[in-house]
Amino acid sequence: MAHTDGVADGAEDSERVSPFYDPKVRGLFFQVILILIVGYLVYVGISNAANNLARAGIASGFGFFNERAGFDIGQSLIYYTNDSSYFRAFLVGLFNTLVVAAMGIFLATVVGFIVGLARLSRNYLVRKLATVYVETLRNIPLLLQLLFWYKAVLAVLPSPRQTGIEQDVSLVWSLNNRGLYLPRLVPEDGSAIVFISVLVALALWFVIGRWSYKRQMATGQRFPVLWTGLGLLFGLPLLALLISGFPFYLEYASLQGFNMAGGWVIRPEFMALLLGLSLYTASFIAEIVRAGILAVPKGQTEAAFALGVRPNLTSRLVIIPQAMRVIIPPLTSQYLNLTKNSSLAVAIGYPDLVAVFGGTVLNQTGQAVEVISITMLVYLGISLLTSAFMNWFNSRVALVER
Amino acid sequence: MKYSILSAVAGVAVAAGLSATAASAATLDDVKGKGFLQCGVSTGLAGFSAPDDAGDWNGIDVDLCRAVAAAVFNDADAVKFSPLSAKERFTALQSGEIDLLSRNTTWTMSRDTELGLNFAGVNYYDGQGFMVRKSLGVNSALQLSGASVCVQTGTTTELNLTDYFKANNMTYNPVVFEKLEEVNAAYDSNRCDVYTTDQSGLYAIRLGLGSPDEHIVLPEVISKEPLGPVVRQGDDQWFNIVKWVHFAMINAEEMGITSENVDEMRESTDPNVMRLLGKEGKFGEDIGLTNDWAYQVIKHVGNYGEVFEANVGETTPLGIARGLNALWSKGGLQYAPPVR
Amino acid sequence: MPGIESANPFYYVAREELPQLPPPTSQRGFGGWMRTNLFATPRDTVLSIVVLLLLVWMIPPMVQWLFIDAVWTGEGREACLGPDVGACWAFVEAKFGQFIYGRYPLEERWRVDLTAVLLIIGLVPIAIPSVPYKRENAIYLLVVFPILAFILLTGQFGLVPVETSRWGGLLVTLVVAIVGIVVSFPFGILLALGRRSNLPIVKTLSVVFIEFWRGVPLITVLFMSSVMLPLFLPENVTFDKLLRALIGVALFASAYMAEVVRGGLQAIPKGQYEASDAMGITYWQGMRLIILPQALKLVIPGIVNTFIGLFKDTSLVLIIGIFDLLGIVQQNFTDPNWITPVTPATGLIFAAFVYFIFCFSMSRYSVFMERRLDTGHRS
Repeated sequence: MAHTDGVADGAEDSERVSPFYDPKVRGLFFQVILILIVGYLVYVGISNAANNLARAGIASGFGFFNERAGFDIGQSLIYYTNDSSYFRAFLVGLFNTLVVAAMGIFLATVVGFIVGLARLSRNYLVRKLATVYVETLRNIPLLLQLLFWYKAVLAVLPSPRQTGIEQDVSLVWSLNNRGLYLPRLVPEDGSAIVFISVLVALALWFVIGRWSYKRQMATGQRFPVLWTGLGLLFGLPLLALLISGFPFYLEYASLQGFNMAGGWVIRPEFMALLLGLSLYTASFIAEIVRAGILAVPKGQTEAAFALGVRPNLTSRLVIIPQAMRVIIPPLTSQYLNLTKNSSLAVAIGYPDLVAVFGGTVLNQTGQAVEVISITMLVYLGISLLTSAFMNWFNSRVALVER
Repeated sequence: MKYSILSAVAGVAVAAGLSATAASAATLDDVKGKGFLQCGVSTGLAGFSAPDDAGDWNGIDVDLCRAVAAAVFNDADAVKFSPLSAKERFTALQSGEIDLLSRNTTWTMSRDTELGLNFAGVNYYDGQGFMVRKSLGVNSALQLSGASVCVQTGTTTELNLTDYFKANNMTYNPVVFEKLEEVNAAYDSNRCDVYTTDQSGLYAIRLGLGSPDEHIVLPEVISKEPLGPVVRQGDDQWFNIVKWVHFAMINAEEMGITSENVDEMRESTDPNVMRLLGKEGKFGEDIGLTNDWAYQVIKHVGNYGEVFEANVGETTPLGIARGLNALWSKGGLQYAPPVR
Repeated sequence: MPGIESANPFYYVAREELPQLPPPTSQRGFGGWMRTNLFATPRDTVLSIVVLLLLVWMIPPMVQWLFIDAVWTGEGREACLGPDVGACWAFVEAKFGQFIYGRYPLEERWRVDLTAVLLIIGLVPIAIPSVPYKRENAIYLLVVFPILAFILLTGQFGLVPVETSRWGGLLVTLVVAIVGIVVSFPFGILLALGRRSNLPIVKTLSVVFIEFWRGVPLITVLFMSSVMLPLFLPENVTFDKLLRALIGVALFASAYMAEVVRGGLQAIPKGQYEASDAMGITYWQGMRLIILPQALKLVIPGIVNTFIGLFKDTSLVLIIGIFDLLGIVQQNFTDPNWITPVTPATGLIFAAFVYFIFCFSMSRYSVFMERRLDTGHRS
């Protein structure tokens, strides 16, 4: 049995110990053995794979990335046609994953915080309703919930023809089993000024934030940064719109032939995935939020009240910042879980990374090793990047001990 | 910690010992050694390979597996089936998990060359088609512009679909699923206007829909889909066995030998029949089987025509006419080289 | 002192406890409860009314759909077709055997039942803290039971062999979850110890292993096991499909288990480690006799939570074509005999109910253990 350093013998004894019992020698010895075993396993695996691939005459390498994909994808954020390369198909899948993950994180956070606060509500009904929500959703597999949204809720919606809308009539909105159809804002010439105004508003918001922070540090006076910022964000583009004479037009969806055309469409696969992911994750976030708030000692609230701070401000300035320290680490892992869980898209036909790249591309090229490895590395990369970012963020909000 | 890895290795080794099957490169010896044929089939496509409620497999592809088992073991039941998705099928064959892939798989050039496979023949000549609801009022595939199309991923179907719409300057919205059941469910719930796959598959799938009479298969056939059994490259003996089991079934139909009359036909003095049923020559021994291999195939499974009629023919719910799959002598494409 | 008392008839401090007064009428009874819990402030009142309206809007249609309009008996889809049909429980009834056993042969199903009984015999006493012989019990569950279950389910020693491709339903769900947890438990402990080891290579390998598996989605692990793993094995060595999935799930669960156990190891005061070193016993003896018993006890709730997560995650095996409970329910949606608009909803609600029963009772157990273990351990 191996000793660790902890069992090191006294200094005067050490000379008499034979190398066999020396913990350092033993540690080194076993580590070398371990390296050899792991190295051997890796070597055997790789040589087997190389051998199998060569024997079966399967192509290998990453040359396929530049070949023509030759298939279409239902939803794409970037320009993609069946003439694009496999690499572009990979990007389409990756962006589809990222967009559903980002929107899911946002929705899950909002719902999670609301439900978490509701669980602490004074109101009996609100509290119980939140409890039922949390206990139900987190005890049912996410995949089942996705299938439920997709097959039992969205699939039973009527088809465009059954909804009784007439041919070629422009619709303000329409929800049917082909998706949620909304008007699309199509920019015309001269719309650049509106986009620029949004950027300017964001920049101004940032500058005001810095200024108000400095002022508060120096004088203690507070400035309503949030409302000013929101005002800027909506006001400036609105102003720009008025000045430039509204350089947009709305494209409405309509029923053409047997299917809907035009407009802005959110497909049922996307809706089901987004709903499933965010509602499921929200039930975990709610518990995290509740635990975080309960972790703030009651004395903090009482002290804030004693200083004459209003209840709203007490929550915002005293309770939430302290609760955030407890909330952020587990919240990060929920965000990561949500991103990883978005891979369940493959079960309901949403073209995410796993479905497009790990599915269609894998099938068309037959290069399982390359495709699966890249898919796993992408998720690993997203996980490590998010962890790194949240660690940095966490270190900023962490308690500074003085 | 060192023990952890050791025990991990030991654990994996134990697990491997429990259910690994190691064997030599010669598939025939391997199959004979373990006493059964491991055959890759679909996860469920009526008429081709589908399990019934008791878990027993039926279908034209399944019967080919059983025919090979009959040729090797004189026992059509010495076969185990591995249901495989479109994605898993080639890896399963390449890695040796299965001995034979008989899963309505299309023979293409790239599958021959890039994937290291050998197609041992064509047991069903198919072509890709479209199925739509009658209520759409569509009677040609050329009217499908703008439609949502349900399709299974990992198939030649997906690529043919793209090519067809592109060639005819039409647009469409693909809804792609991993598994056949999911495509069926999506089409049945009206998520898509159009279902596309091989025509035989469309007929089979239509049977499984809520109300089969409300759907029609459009007349256009947009591709050639020769479906056949697949083996690994590099084992010519096994390749020959599968190829000739298939040919024997076609030859038997041509000669009028059925599972009913095969015992009488064994007494025939027609040299063609005598060679096929092993009364003359030692064709069976030349490919590593017994000389009555074809007799066993026909006795236990039947000739090609019998298998076709029993699984997909006009008397079955699928009701598919022989068409391209009639014998060459009856205007079809099924043609087998002679046993000589 | 008594003199003062007797001399002075006036008391400034009560000598007896006064009887408790009833709460003010405004807080008493049902009305009082309503006032404090529902209508404490105007905002609360509005909230309560909104929630009440929401409940009135949701619950009656749900009850109507689930019970009143539901079809309880029937031979096929005709029974469940119609404009106002609710849940089609006849479908669940007809397919119940499949949902539990998959396509396991009818005449051999007693073996599955026997395995379940053997599991319960081991599980109930270990879950109740006051029952003795925990060590023997754990050995039974972690060593004896898996061997017996393996023999019974696959069919060794003269029993009729049953291929794993015929297993399905709840049977597969439980097999995957239990194998995952039984294998991941020792592996997780070793990985956790490895991550806290002083040996740099051991530590690095453990960290890499844990972070890799925690960084990728389970679905890619399963895809790897189904389409990539076969290529890494020697020529013509193949694993059963279910076994490959089990290996994937077990490796995945080990990484999560390792992090749970690491939490327990970190919570043990440093003095315990030092004391165990001071005893002059070996590292492994120290771990086995002193550190791990304390650490594992602390993380029982965490282990149960990992198990709940794993139990839910087993549903993913349906994506690689293994028919677990959810997989077999979903497969039956395409049975032409039962295709109706309400079949998917009914099947999914049934499956959800089964998963909920398992997960909810486990999470209650976890809460119970947490409360039990909490006493006296916080200082």
